[in-house]
Amino acid sequence: MADDTSVKPNTDDKQNDIAVIEMEHLKKSFETNQVLRDINMKVYKGENLVILGKSGTGKSVLIKCIVGLIDYDAGKLVIFGKDVAEQNQKELIEIRKRIGFLFQNSALYDSMTVRENLEFPLKRQLKKTPKDEIDKLVKEALDNVGLADTIDKMPSELSGGMRKRLGLARTLILKPEIMLYDEPTTGLDPITSREISKLIQEVQTKYDTSSIIITHDIECAKLTASRIVVLKDGICAAEGSYAELENSTDEWIKSFFFIINLDKFYERVIWKKELRIKSDWEYLLP
Amino acid sequence: MENIITNKSQNENQEAESAPDKISETVYNSIFSRFFLETASIAMFTGRFFKEAFKPPYEFNELLKQSFSIGYKSLPLVSITGFIIGLVLTIQTRPTLAKFGAESWAPGMVAVSLIREIGPVITALIFAGKVGSGIGAELASMNVTEQIDAMQVSCSNPFKYLVVTRVLAATLMLPLLVIYSDAVGLLGSFVGVNLKGSVSLHLFMTQIFHSLEFYDMYPAFLKTFFFGFSIGIVGCYKGYNSNKGTEGVGKAANSAVVFASLMVFLIDMIAVQITSLFQK
Repeated sequence: MADDTSVKPNTDDKQNDIAVIEMEHLKKSFETNQVLRDINMKVYKGENLVILGKSGTGKSVLIKCIVGLIDYDAGKLVIFGKDVAEQNQKELIEIRKRIGFLFQNSALYDSMTVRENLEFPLKRQLKKTPKDEIDKLVKEALDNVGLADTIDKMPSELSGGMRKRLGLARTLILKPEIMLYDEPTTGLDPITSREISKLIQEVQTKYDTSSIIITHDIECAKLTASRIVVLKDGICAAEGSYAELENSTDEWIKSFFFIINLDKFYERVIWKKELRIKSDWEYLLP
Repeated sequence: MENIITNKSQNENQEAESAPDKISETVYNSIFSRFFLETASIAMFTGRFFKEAFKPPYEFNELLKQSFSIGYKSLPLVSITGFIIGLVLTIQTRPTLAKFGAESWAPGMVAVSLIREIGPVITALIFAGKVGSGIGAELASMNVTEQIDAMQVSCSNPFKYLVVTRVLAATLMLPLLVIYSDAVGLLGSFVGVNLKGSVSLHLFMTQIFHSLEFYDMYPAFLKTFFFGFSIGIVGCYKGYNSNKGTEGVGKAANSAVVFASLMVFLIDMIAVQITSLFQK
């Protein structure tokens, strides 16, 4: 952690400082490319931790290591107080059942309807649940994300934002304690991005989840983050609240936030010509 | 000084001579190492299939769905090819047999060749083209769009759900398709016989059953299980282990067809050798 940029995390959303995920000296390489060099991080119960960083800094690799899609090379990963390396396959599955993962492109099952997409994890995890109960859970999950009328549609008939919300519903249906979001607003227009960001915030409040949100979207970070960690060259380069990092004296952090703001500004001008130009400029300014 | 120059030039010559050798050695090693790695990888994949196939829970609904999709939906293609093969084989054989005054042997000859060899192999190749490529492309596309990862994350077993069901469906459906294809082929042969003559269906069938023995049928039927299994395994392996990216989908579909077709010929050759061992 860079000394000059490290600031004490905002503890407002943390519940008794209980760490649900702990990473110590986590390392991961792909052949000669060392993606995660030395990751030290904690995620506390009930907080939304946003991870920012340039492309290729290992943000997605990091959360895929947490959920077990990628094996890490070295270091220590503790989830719910259990060291992942010391668990057997059954115990790992039990840990993973408590983690939800929203993929960048939602990863909906193309060949299944919306209903079947939601039933798929339910039928496999809650094996003896009666059909009525499953139907009730499916409808409730769809209501929560405002997609009740799409139940018999195919994923290909849904818009990008609806697909994201459906992906979120499918993840939330199992009531996970930890949510991992892999670039939840990528490829969406600013209005839908804001809707998704608000939904993430609502999920945290309603289900009391602890979340890691990987994003490039500074507005999403602003709306959702209890705490932000910035990754640079495979290490945690900075940590703090949104306001703390935006006002950081470190040149790289400042430039990072400025470039992201500028990108977002252009994006908004291109995507949303109907927006008042004043509000766009307001957005650009700290 | 001269000696040094001579040595230098000798070394350069040796290096220049050894360069192509080194390249060919590297290419040779890489081709062979890739071949062995791929073979080992497919063997491990097959081993995992057997491990998962017998372990509960079983995905019966998905197996039925895949059997319908793989078997029933292949019927039109198999019907057309089976009929044409029977018809063409009869038309092509007839003039040669006529030279020896043995036209009446045509139904028997066509039936033996169709049931013993051509029916199973052609149907398997058609099956590899349609089903093998379909499985390869579907699984590769699921891999690219992270659907397989999504299944894994939701603590489901994607291998059991996607691979085991497809391989079993392919193994069970191909033998049925081959029986059906043989029947349609014989119908085509009956039409072919009657194009330049008049043979009753009863006589046609009598001639066929006179020529056929049980020994002609069961090895041909047995090998179709292996054809189906290899097409399913290769298609699933290529799709499940495809590279991420759209290019990977095309490559998976293409290599699934090529490898599956190759496997069909390889298994056929082995089956013929084994059959000939037990032949009187």
